[in-house]
Amino acid sequence: MNALFVLAALVTAFAAVLVVAGKNLVRAVMALALALLGTAVVYALLDASFLAGVQVLTYVGGVVTLMIFGVMVTRRHEGANAPAERVHGFRGLVIAAGLFALLAWAVMESDLDRGAPPIFAPETTRSLARSLLDEHLIAFEVVSLLLLAAILGAVVLARRRDGRDAGSELLAAATREAVESQTQGEPVEAAGSARGGAAR
Amino acid sequence: MTLTHCLLLASFLFCVGVYGLLTRRQAVAVLLSLELMMNAANLAFASFAHFKGGPGQVFVIFALAITVAEVAIGLALVMLLYRRYDDTALDRASEAKG
Repeated sequence: MNALFVLAALVTAFAAVLVVAGKNLVRAVMALALALLGTAVVYALLDASFLAGVQVLTYVGGVVTLMIFGVMVTRRHEGANAPAERVHGFRGLVIAAGLFALLAWAVMESDLDRGAPPIFAPETTRSLARSLLDEHLIAFEVVSLLLLAAILGAVVLARRRDGRDAGSELLAAATREAVESQTQGEPVEAAGSARGGAAR
Repeated sequence: MTLTHCLLLASFLFCVGVYGLLTRRQAVAVLLSLELMMNAANLAFASFAHFKGGPGQVFVIFALAITVAEVAIGLALVMLLYRRYDDTALDRASEAKG
């Protein structure tokens, strides 16, 4: 158990460093996937099996895929590499190292492992579901509203304003074909000729 | 494996995220660093829930949902940025400041 924790922690930390230090954005996203998987292993070691599963499903499965799309869609050059640029490297390093020193000092000083472990029922998936849908029901519903708002917001933000997306172009072409075939005196089958025009 | 070890790992992940946030230029890379920091916070919640009790795991689930929403909105903003400036470097967007 301890060896597994050390291994998972080392892999996670190494992958995290790769995320911020790598030269290639696609590789950085892959390193992020590795870091999130390592965290899922740590969750499993912390008796949070549901969290481990959710972490793999939503983060590694969903967020990383989204990020890959984000990298692929928004790069200027063709080719396999998406170079990651960096600025103010030294200042950032100083700030991050200082923050880590502060946090590590606080963690070490606060003597968290001392004393008898408190008595409490360990959280299982069953108790988690119970508290999610009973005690925290309002927060649960508010989060579902938040997700709906996020979906709508993402669609509205990412939509093309000039109407040049693929769907409306296809529709415009089909309409044009239908109008032309009508003015040429062909049999009026608007739906059929529109579909044929789109296929042509 | 003690609470101290888990929290040290979480703080290391968080600080690596801070470094990426401060030094990366591309918006997507900044989002990646944000993910690392969120992940570190979740790890701290789960560690406290395991060693000290309390509703830490429920917190993590809500934080996950909020993170996913943030990623969706963030990537939509990145696409807008790319369309506007033909680039995703964040310092290009400095004219957006009030």
